[in-house]
Amino acid sequence: MIERDEVRHVARLARLQLSDEEVDRMAVELAGVLDHIATIAELDLDAVEPTSHVVAVENALRDDEPQPSLPREQALAGAPAVADDGFAVPSPQA
Amino acid sequence: MSEILALSATAAAAAVAAGELDAGELFEAYRARAAADQLNAFVWVAERAPAAVAGPLGGVPLAVKDLFCTAGVPSQSGSRILEGYCPPYTATVVERLAAAGAPLLGKTNQDEFAMGSSTENSGFGPVRNPWDRGRVPGGSSGGSAAAVAARLAPWALGTDTGGSIRQPAALCGIVGLKPTYGAVSRYGMIAFASSLDQAGPLTRDVTDAALLYGSMVGARDPRDSTSLEFPGTIELPQRTDLAGVRIGVPVELSGEGIEPGVLRAFEAALELMRGLGASVEECALPHAPHALAAYYVLAPAEASSNLARFDGVRYGYRAAGAADLMEMYTRTRHDGFGPEVKRRIMLGTYALSSGYYDAYYGRAQRVRTKIAQDFAAAFGRFDFIATPTAPGVAFELGAKTADPLAMYLNDFCTVPMSLAGIPAISIPCGLAPPPGGGLELPVGLQLAGPAFSENALLEAAYALEQAIEFDGSAPNEA
Repeated sequence: MIERDEVRHVARLARLQLSDEEVDRMAVELAGVLDHIATIAELDLDAVEPTSHVVAVENALRDDEPQPSLPREQALAGAPAVADDGFAVPSPQA
Repeated sequence: MSEILALSATAAAAAVAAGELDAGELFEAYRARAAADQLNAFVWVAERAPAAVAGPLGGVPLAVKDLFCTAGVPSQSGSRILEGYCPPYTATVVERLAAAGAPLLGKTNQDEFAMGSSTENSGFGPVRNPWDRGRVPGGSSGGSAAAVAARLAPWALGTDTGGSIRQPAALCGIVGLKPTYGAVSRYGMIAFASSLDQAGPLTRDVTDAALLYGSMVGARDPRDSTSLEFPGTIELPQRTDLAGVRIGVPVELSGEGIEPGVLRAFEAALELMRGLGASVEECALPHAPHALAAYYVLAPAEASSNLARFDGVRYGYRAAGAADLMEMYTRTRHDGFGPEVKRRIMLGTYALSSGYYDAYYGRAQRVRTKIAQDFAAAFGRFDFIATPTAPGVAFELGAKTADPLAMYLNDFCTVPMSLAGIPAISIPCGLAPPPGGGLELPVGLQLAGPAFSENALLEAAYALEQAIEFDGSAPNEA
């Protein structure tokens, strides 16, 4: 079981609104999955290097040549709100 | 018409090249079927064939999982938060396949952001399995798998993060290949877990998989810094025996938790391999039973970061009437994401949060190292590892939606290969009844090899496929 306050804290970090009912359900479901995940605590891993990426790629750079960027109107075409050639967001001052 | 549908993609491409089949007629035959789809496999179908492009893929139309960006065409990753979103560019792999002569037939349904093993998590409704419409097609590439199995598409593109190509291929009785990590560009794939996501083919047979895959790989993509140049080219498989091939069967992935019917079909396939000249022996992957736990830390952690981009600002859905920016973010994400996506974002955020990082994320990365070492040791003695692809046959819609962990266990046999970044293919190896009895359903066998062993893997899978002689047509759908 995870405390409801902890669920709410994580939801805030994730910028995710949850209803009270969702918080209750999440507390139970996450606890179930975390119980399973806890099996890796049994392993002795102290001398093991972590793997963040399976393929050894270092500094994959391309040539530094200017290329056309996405035209402004295309970049804005999918935006929910546009103002002054930019993305518009709600503001208490607006 | 039915003669066209009966052709494999490779045979159709050859017929077009020989002038015996018109590419426009071929496209229209599949377009009409995809448009009349009863399985909810497609979320978008082309209205007409694009201008013909000559190439090795012969004009054979391609179904593409929704999460691949396709310019001007809806690309929603199965999520309501991207409903109707049409990106301004096309994924590198879709571009490469179109240039090689595989025009876009349609976009296929999937679990939301590829999170799921049944395609029930789609924001656009579940996909039905063509073998039994009361059952799931697997997931997350369930739309692609169902479309190919039901002959609504000659072949399809999917993605695999922890089994999302191989498991639906198994449950639908078709072939699915998860390539070596890095072999295929991820540019334009709407990301789930970037260190694991990989695009691959879902096809009727191994030859079709080789033909399609051959045009997916190639030069490194400058737009994906994790992509690699494939060493050499992919050849169409010819081999009909397995003489001298050493197959290892990991005890950890071929016993406990596997349905009896699946085990019987798997063991019969091992016998066929012996008959073809292979040596088949038990082997050990001691850390494989911990792969699922590590995966369900690493993949949600990466997802929680990747999905931060869905904030209602640049594209997709935005909750109306928010008083300030923070409320707009949190309500947009509440309304736009489905329950499984929320669960994974929460799990990943928790695992990365202050005080828990080392215990969860750090340890899971170390387990990943151990799993890769297990495979490296096994490939010292064996050419390939064989397991059942999925622990069970296709299950009924709704059977596992209430229990996230039961759903996650579908990936038990496929996740270890994903964590190690190695290629693995699932081919149909027979039929088995579901545990409660009923119509027999397809069983998949998974073969995995070392990084960049795709040619050898396809050769071995082809030889076994010829011996198995699986009848790939789903009943009542051809």
